[in-house]
This record gives sequence, structure tokens and C-alpha cells, in this order.
Amino acid sequence: MTPLLSVENLSKRFGGLKAVNEVSFTVPEGSIKALIGPNGAGKTTLFNLISGVIAPDTGVINFGGNYVQGLRPHQIASKGMARTFQHIRLFPKMSVLENVMIGRHIHSKAGFVAGMLSMPYTWSEEKRIKAKAHDILAFLELENLADIEATSLSYGQQRNVELGRALACEPRLLLLDEPAAGLNMSETAELGSLISKIRDTGITVLIVEHDMTLVMEISDEILVLSYGKKIADDIPLAVQSNSEVINVYLGEDEEDA
Amino acid sequence: MELLLQYIVAGVTYGTIYAIVAIGFNIIYNTTGIINFAQGEFVMLGGMTAFTFKEYMPLPLAIVSAVIITMIIGALIEIVFIRWLHKPSVLRMIIITIGLSILIREMALHIWGEGVTALPYFTGTSVTSVNLGGVFISPQVFWAVGISSIMVILLSIFFNFTLLGKQMRACSANREAARLCGINAQNMVTFSFMLSAAIGALGGCIVSPITYVQYDSGSQLAIKGFTVAILGGLGNSTAAVAAAMILGILESFSIWALPAAYKDVVSIAIMLTILFVKPSGLFGNAAAARLKEY
Amino acid sequence: MSAKFLQISGFAVAIVAIQIVTQLTDSSFLLTQLTMTAYYSLLVIGLCMLIGYAGQISLGHAGFFAIGGYMSAFLTTHDLTVLKGKPFVALLSKFGLLVVKKDLYGAELLAFHPWPACILSVCTVLIVAYVIGGPVLKLKGHYLAMATLGFGIIIYRIVLGTSGLGAADGLSGVPGFSLFPGVMIGGGGPGKILNYYVAWGIVVAGMTALLNLIGSRVGRALSAIHGAEDAAEAMGIPTANYKLRVFVLSAGFAAIAGVLLTHYNGSIGPSEASVMKSVRYVAIVAIGGMTSLWGAISMSLILNYLSLRGSFGTYDDAVFGVILILIMLFAPDGLIRRQVLGDLKSLFGRFTRKGAVT
Repeated sequence: MTPLLSVENLSKRFGGLKAVNEVSFTVPEGSIKALIGPNGAGKTTLFNLISGVIAPDTGVINFGGNYVQGLRPHQIASKGMARTFQHIRLFPKMSVLENVMIGRHIHSKAGFVAGMLSMPYTWSEEKRIKAKAHDILAFLELENLADIEATSLSYGQQRNVELGRALACEPRLLLLDEPAAGLNMSETAELGSLISKIRDTGITVLIVEHDMTLVMEISDEILVLSYGKKIADDIPLAVQSNSEVINVYLGEDEEDA
Repeated sequence: MELLLQYIVAGVTYGTIYAIVAIGFNIIYNTTGIINFAQGEFVMLGGMTAFTFKEYMPLPLAIVSAVIITMIIGALIEIVFIRWLHKPSVLRMIIITIGLSILIREMALHIWGEGVTALPYFTGTSVTSVNLGGVFISPQVFWAVGISSIMVILLSIFFNFTLLGKQMRACSANREAARLCGINAQNMVTFSFMLSAAIGALGGCIVSPITYVQYDSGSQLAIKGFTVAILGGLGNSTAAVAAAMILGILESFSIWALPAAYKDVVSIAIMLTILFVKPSGLFGNAAAARLKEY
Repeated sequence: MSAKFLQISGFAVAIVAIQIVTQLTDSSFLLTQLTMTAYYSLLVIGLCMLIGYAGQISLGHAGFFAIGGYMSAFLTTHDLTVLKGKPFVALLSKFGLLVVKKDLYGAELLAFHPWPACILSVCTVLIVAYVIGGPVLKLKGHYLAMATLGFGIIIYRIVLGTSGLGAADGLSGVPGFSLFPGVMIGGGGPGKILNYYVAWGIVVAGMTALLNLIGSRVGRALSAIHGAEDAAEAMGIPTANYKLRVFVLSAGFAAIAGVLLTHYNGSIGPSEASVMKSVRYVAIVAIGGMTSLWGAISMSLILNYLSLRGSFGTYDDAVFGVILILIMLFAPDGLIRRQVLGDLKSLFGRFTRKGAVT
């Protein structure tokens, strides 16, 4: 079966530093793949390359049969990729519901002229957008917060709203950038089961994380980066006992035990 | 050939004042990150105030007084309008300084009216000229270029060798670190405004006999000064001088091809081209911009 | 939809009320300034979309106003009789785009009919905005401000320095015309009331279109772009494209305002392209609350009207300069903010509750 995402020889250099160095890997459809590595390993850069925020120097990215390297983020998003951000990027001055409704942008088409003239087809389209957004909020148990200004919520709730916004895109591939950062143990466990539930609906997940318990719990495969290079790409148990990985992480395992 | 040189001399003369405005921009920009749209008004105020003072005192004294008054105004502007803003956005600062330039201009209009003013030539009159290889150059041009060069050299010495200058540079490089070293960043900002005001005012005085000064001279100069500043790379004052000469000369030659009324269009077109094509300027690149001198 | 409908109806009622008041107080002469205010307000609401919703500043919007106005004025007053033989002119004539008029001295004048002139002028502005919008909107902060400022100054210098455009005197003798049979723009005295309603009618239409846009999918996307551009792009919103469209849209509003005001007044001068005008428009949008269309239009109504009436005297420009400074210093989100209204409500609440207990 062809993988949903296939990355070959991806490289990106910033000045003299090769942030991502000839990285190749695949993400099988319907799986959860974790991307781990010490700070500065190039994980966020890799994410940004895949989602189109920056363009690679060399290498190709094949998403769902299309080559997407060099495309703008919004073009890649419309092909079925959605993401969350390391530092929450919700839209201020917009409600939780409105934030999630933005996720439906690629699945609707009312443009400038239609908007200004308030053409009838836009009314039913708006209804559908709202309904779908409500469904997502219900799935995430955030219904009662629908009309509250998104940025006034607690950190954990904001993370869920951002997740809802990404889910509203009905993506084939969901990129999660350190979704457990700042969460306590029980919140992290909830996050874990939520991500599994999402995967069960057919969405493939690629997740950058530092929390090893979460990673070991939910991942089907783990990709390990260090100084921009791939040093392991295997099932969790194999990665856990990989000596190079252990070297790179020396001491870090103890914290999450 | 003489005509060519004549155009070049004219270009250099105007280039001098553009350079002065650009340096003023850079000093404040380097210390605060603010582009002070009111920079041109300092030049205008210098020229106009000196003109008024000259009625009551000898010319050199009038110029010095004008510079001092403008410095005080510069300090006041910073203290009253800028100092107490807490982390203002770039947009807010731009609009405030634009508002300030309008206010100063309107004040000047009400004080001095719409007429043009000109200081007397420092030496000679409007018709004296020095014949330099067939080109007739007014002695005022030598004054202008001479005094500006001395100013640039003094500034260079100030920023590189005096304690205060170094403190200002420290502030511009890293304000927090500067504070931790005991430098009063607040005062550095005020001082940068005062210094820019002084430079502008002096510049206004030395070109006043040639270019005349009126209440709305400031805004035109601000645009040209900004063009020069980004042409040389924002924050880089040595490059600004070179860029100013280039702009002055280009503008001067444009009169050949286009009617004089379009002179400003040429310099703005140059600015737009730079902004679209290479915003870091002819001599700058984004990294070098961080290594600004003063 | 209903809140919007109420707001617009309320506004329409206010417009009618103002006209009736001037009728009753025998001050119909005020209608001229009120009509002019309407056209300036059209530009202001377009600018408000650009600044408040696309988050882009424009210090040169008067430039679009001027291009529209000058082009239309030029086309409708420039005599083409000398070119009568040329095939191009014959073609235009065949399409009924040209008219023969008599000028002041009774001589025949062949020029564009106002309708095609208007359309051509607005389309020209849209094209110019589209072309410069791309590179301009890639700039940020001071560079964007300076680029738009520079654009405005270029336009100003061109209209001021070109004798074909009247230089310092501008163009006059611009004819009024009827939008539809019976609906006149310009034309002087007797049509004053009609002119007033036509102008404000156009503004109401413009407001409605923009309010619709804000409440639509695109409006939501624009708010998103303004709030967190990278996240908006990641959600599939083509940010650069949308910003450009809003830029062109706001330029279009300015162009229509310029064209119609020029035909209403019968003339246009270089001051319409000046930096001070551009600054004025930004000041009005700022004080109205950058994201509030109603704030922008009410402030435009008040300030433009007062300015046209000469209430600010020789301090006209200074007033707007001061407004900009004060607003940016103390209320950068504008005066008419939800928070302010909320504060006012609680303030009133306190008084009515405490009542007589002092």
C-alpha cells in the first residue's frame, strides 16, 4: 500500500547550518507516526517544510500522490493537510465556533462577489459550515464554549480548539506540533485517547512530541531526528532499545517514567 | 562638459541635505527602531528659526540658537509623545510621527506664513561663485559640503570613541543588555532624538541660502531622506551618504529628460523600485543591517 | 442578517431625517456639503476594510480617488474634435460613447459621454491597484507605509505638474450626468435633494455590500488573516490573494467616490490627491475604530462635514493631525470600541442603580 506521505532526501540549510539533512521517511495511511528528537534536532523545521511554510533546498515531498514541495501552505492545506502549532495560533477576537469554522474554508466557496451580494447559495453554505463546526465541537466536548472568545480560554481548552479547527479541514493528514506541551499527566492521557479516536476515523497523524509516555502509548512508528539527520525510523519498541537513540537522549527518559 | 559638472554639483548640493536627513533617520532608527517621519521638520525648523533669530543677532549665533531650540523640541517630542508608550506597534509609531510632522508643519505655517525664507550666504552673496575648471560653484556649496563632512566625521568619532556614543550603540544593539550594564536606555532614546534634531537643524541652516526653506519643506525632505536611508540600507549612515549623492545626482540629471515638475516623481520611483526589489538597500543585506554603525 | 438590516435601516432613516431637518430649518444649502460628505465617506468605508480587515495601511488612498476623478474629468472635457478623422475616434463614436456638446463660447466640443468615462476611469484604477498591489502588499510596517505614501505623492506630483490636467487649477467644466433616467449626479440647483439621496443611496449600497462581506466566509477569512496570518494560510486561506483583492476593492471604492464627486462638483483639483487628504482619511478610520465600518462612517460624516463647512478654519489639516496623534496615543483601537460601549453601559448602570442614594 502506498504511504500517504513520502519524504525523500529532504534538506534545508539556514546560513551555515543544515537544519534538515537528507531526511527520508514515509507515513503509512491510517497510522500515527511520531517525530521525536532533542531540541534543535530540526523537528519543527521538518514540519514547516512538509506544510509548506518554508521551501526545501533539495528533496521531494509526496502527499497523496502529489508532489507538494515548494507549494504555498494554503495550497497544501487544500490538498488535505492540516496542522496545529507549537505556540497556539488561534484567531484573537473570534469565538471558538468562528475559529473552527475557519477550518471549513477549503470546503466552501463563497467568494468576494458572492459575499458582498449575499447571494442565496451562501446562506445554505453558511448553515452547513456552522453545523459541521458544531459537530466538531461536540466531538471534542467543547459545545458549551462555542460563543466564547477563543483566546480567553484556558491553555488546555485553547489547544483543543486549535485541534478542532484543524479537524474541521477534514484532513487526510493531521500534523500536530507538540500538542502535549504544557499539559499535565491526566490531560496528556486524555489527549492520547483523543488522538487515537481521531486516527480511528481514518485520519493519518504525524505528531512532534517530547512527552515519551504519550509517544510510546499511541504511535505506530517513531522517527528520531538528531542534528537534522534521521537516526531511527521504526516501531516504538525497536526505537526504545536503539542504542544511538538512547545515546542522544541520555538522561531524558527518567523524567517521563 | 561644464554643463555635466554643473549638474553634478547641483546633485551633490541636494545630496548633502538628503544625507543629513537620512543620518537623522538612522540615528533614531538605530536607537529605537522607530522611523521618525517628523525628521524633515527638524531641518525646516532649523532653517526657519535661524532666519527669525538672524534679525536679532549675528548669523553664527542665530544658527547655534536655532540648533539648540530644535534640539529642545526634539527632546520634548520624545518625552511628551514617545517615552511613555508601552511596546507600541510599528504602525502606531508611524502614525504618531506622521501626526507630529503635520502638527509641526501647521505650527510653522501659523508662525511664519507661507513665504519662503533664506539665510544670507555665509560668505559672499547669491551671485558670487568660484570658478573651478569652468564650473561655477557658489561658495555656499563648499560650506554645505564642508560642514556636513565635518559633522559626519564628528559623529563617527562620537559613536566610536566617546563613552556616550558607545552607550547609544550598545542601546541600539541590545537594549536589555545595555540596561543591565547600567545604561539609562530611556535617556539614550531622548538623546538620539536631540542629536537627530540638532543634525537636521544644522543641515537646514547650511542649505537654506541655496534651497530656501518654507513651512512645508520638511515633508518633501522626509521622503527623500527615507529613500536615501533605505537605498543605503536602513541604519547604515555611511552608505546613506553615498546613496544620497547618487540620488541627488540622478535627480539633477532627470531634469534633462523630464520637466522639472516631475523631479520628485523620479526620487519616489527610485524608492519604490528599491522597496520592491531590494528593501535591504544597495549596500545592505539583512544580516549587515544588524551590524549597524550608528 | 436582522441586526445588519436594522443598522442599515436605522442609518437610512437618519439620512432621511437629516434631509428633512435641513428642509424645515430652511438650510437646504447645507445639502451640498452633505452630499460631498457622502462621496468622501464612500472612500472611507473602503479604506476601513483595507486597514481594519486586511490589516494594511494606505497613506496614499487619495491617489486612487484622484486617478478616478481626473481621468473621468479629462475624458469628458477634452476635446477630441481634432482627432475626428482618426479611426479610433470614429469607432468610439459608433458605439455611442462620445457626445457633442457646446462649451462656454458656443463652440462644438467632442468628448466622452460621462457613463463610459466613469466606467473606464474606475476600471483603470482597479487595474492600477491590482498591478501595484502585488509588490506593495509584500512589504510590511514602515516600508508599506512609505510605499503607499510615495504612490500618493507620485499621483499628486503628476496631476500638479501636467498642464494637460490643468496643473494647479485642475479640471473644470465636468458635466453632471444621469445614472439612470431621472437619477442625476451634479447639474446644479434644482436637483439638490435628488443629488443628496443619490449620493447617500450609493453609500448605503456600499455599506451593505461591505457589511455582507464582513459577515461572510471571506470576511471571516479576512479577520483570520488579520489575527494570525500564518495560521490562516495553514487553514487553506490564500492570504496574499485575499489581501490584494481587498486592496483593489478599497481602491475601487475610492475611484467611484472620486469619479462621482468630480461629476457632482463639476471640477477636480490637485488638492484631492494630496498627502493631507490621504492622512485625513486614515485619521477618520482610526478614530472610528479601525474595524468598525459604522464608526468609520459616522466619524466621516461628522469630520468631513465640519471640514467642508470650514469649521476648522485654517487649522483644517492640523485638526486631523492632532486626531491621529491623540487616537494613536490613547485609543489605538479607536473610540467606538465594544469595550468603550461596554464601559459606558456599566457606568450608566451604576448611576441608575444608586439613584438617589448619594
